[in-house]
Amino acid sequence: MFYTGAVGTAKTKGGLLESQKTLITLQINGERYEVAVTVNKTLLEILREDLDLTGTKHGCEVGECGTCTVLINDQPILSCLTLGVEIQGQKITTIEGLEQNGKLHPIQQAFIELQAAQCGYCTPGMLLSSKALLDENKNPSQDEIKEALSGNLCRCTGYWKIIEAVELTASRLGASKE
Amino acid sequence: MLRLPKFQYLTPQNINDACKILADQGPAAMIVAGGTDIYPKMKRRQFLPKTLIGLRKIDDLDRISGSAKSGLTLGASATLTEVSSHSVVQESYAGLAKAAGAVSTPILRNMGTIGGNLCLDTRCNYYDQTHHWRQAIGWCMKAPSGKGWPVLQDSKLNQSGVPCRVAPGSSRCWAVSSTDSAPMLIALGAKLKLIGSKGERVISVKDLYNDDGMFYLSKAHDEILTEIQLPPSDGIKSTYWKLRRRESFDFPVLGVAVALKQAKDGTVEHAKVVLGGIGSCPFEMAEAQNILTGKRLTENQIEAASQSVFNPARPLDNTDFHLFYRKRMAPVYLKRALTELATMGSNV
Ligand SMILES: Cc1cc2nc3c(=O)[nH]c(=O)nc-3n(C[C@H](O)[C@H](O)[C@H](O)COP(=O)(O)OP(=O)(O)OC[C@H]3O[C@@H](n4cnc5c(N)ncnc54)[C@H](O)[C@@H]3O)c2cc1C
Ligand code: SF4
Ligand code: FES
Ligand code: FES
Repeated sequence: MFYTGAVGTAKTKGGLLESQKTLITLQINGERYEVAVTVNKTLLEILREDLDLTGTKHGCEVGECGTCTVLINDQPILSCLTLGVEIQGQKITTIEGLEQNGKLHPIQQAFIELQAAQCGYCTPGMLLSSKALLDENKNPSQDEIKEALSGNLCRCTGYWKIIEAVELTASRLGASKE
Repeated sequence: MLRLPKFQYLTPQNINDACKILADQGPAAMIVAGGTDIYPKMKRRQFLPKTLIGLRKIDDLDRISGSAKSGLTLGASATLTEVSSHSVVQESYAGLAKAAGAVSTPILRNMGTIGGNLCLDTRCNYYDQTHHWRQAIGWCMKAPSGKGWPVLQDSKLNQSGVPCRVAPGSSRCWAVSSTDSAPMLIALGAKLKLIGSKGERVISVKDLYNDDGMFYLSKAHDEILTEIQLPPSDGIKSTYWKLRRRESFDFPVLGVAVALKQAKDGTVEHAKVVLGGIGSCPFEMAEAQNILTGKRLTENQIEAASQSVFNPARPLDNTDFHLFYRKRMAPVYLKRALTELATMGSNV
């Protein structure tokens, strides 16, 4: 269901009034969520404050760290710079959606084994950016991994363990490595 | 927590409706495309629009069409990822693939649009700060109160008496044009289409800009950028070199865009050299272009053309890095760009 701007009052024909709450429907990790929000709420705020999906982390809030990364239609985007009303009807994947039927995604397993998470604050964003890369490119080179993760800051690991975890996952997912 | 201020959100279905809202509400209404420039600025209270007009519902505004032979048209809402990974852009407008692909991070490029990139607000260390920080220094000319920029345009508050913090005696703002794609599109001779409530017009990308940190766009407030028109590639070779502290995230503090057309024997028939990140708009380097035109790309020619941009590159001390370093790097980066093109086969 796409937002059409149909909610409105006589004063704001075809739009949403600033303090008025509107009911939006979001498709998150395969489930449908209905939530009443004001239009100025970012997806990050909705996930954490309204839906209790606190796996998505809250960092700089202005696009400079990547820890709030989620996938929209399988592409990484920043939830701190996306309005809830802007992404209705689109497929949203958060870190909570990575494990399937109680089984960790291979990239999560590799992060654990190689200790690619230290404080863990960047990890949800790193995992989602890594997953998006591996979904598109089964056998990424080290440069391609670095490029794909260059929008996610990590202050702990020095990045190498993370890059190795992506490489390990790629090899486990059956890709023939150079 | 930095939250967005309150606003009304409208999603018109076509450009004319969007223009009409802009014309009716004036500077209190602003366009949002990808939101990667406007939302951080609203969170920092640099912009406080009463109404945001989202372009997401307008059909075909993100379409890329045409060919290298006929010229390529980029819809204003095409994302930077779509532009930089487009096969025709990569093959025939390589400098644009580089420039658009060098903007911030891959994640931001999935969100940010080429139209938003061309309309990107100018930047300054004294301006791109939170409300509290700016309040503590007593604001600056570009945003002389806590009320944000639309109010400012309205009441011509540039006569507010609040000084520029970089050049306190100056009567203008020197905030820096920091768009990566603009210098490259100017070098490639691109045009763009603006649709406003009074009709539409096509202008060169170069003419979109004023050399003024506050009033950096020449277009009327109710004019919306709908498409960018690249001329036929016609064997032109192009490249873009960007200076920044980190190879990801950071805005350019110097951008060097070069487009060249060479005859079969290597003689440069046509040269465009445009620098970004050194002033309030992208600057064409006329002397370098003259030096290059009519000659072959020899080491001496490259050296002479590169040295000629040292004087006209006049950055101010309002971005990252020391300004003399940025000035010294202008010839260095032009030399690297020209050397790259000299060793590159032509891309038709
Ligand atoms: C951490 C970070 C790093 C960044 N690094 C860079 C960088 O290295 N290089 C760079 O160039 N940019 C950079 N940016 C800025 C920004 O992400 C890009 O310039 C992006 O392309 C802006 O596009 P947008 O669609 O998100 O613009 P928006 O934020 O939606 O809009 C930007 C401005 O353009 C206006 N606008 C948008 N579309 C139109 C239109 N069609 N017609 C008329 N006006 C319009 C808006 O009203 C607004 O004033 C960075 C941003 C962040 C947060
Ligand atoms: S150049 Fe001066 S007026 Fe402009 S933003 Fe910076 S401090 Fe403010
Ligand atoms: S919270 Fe830092 S990029 Fe979104
Ligand atoms: S593990 Fe601490 S920021 Fe990456």
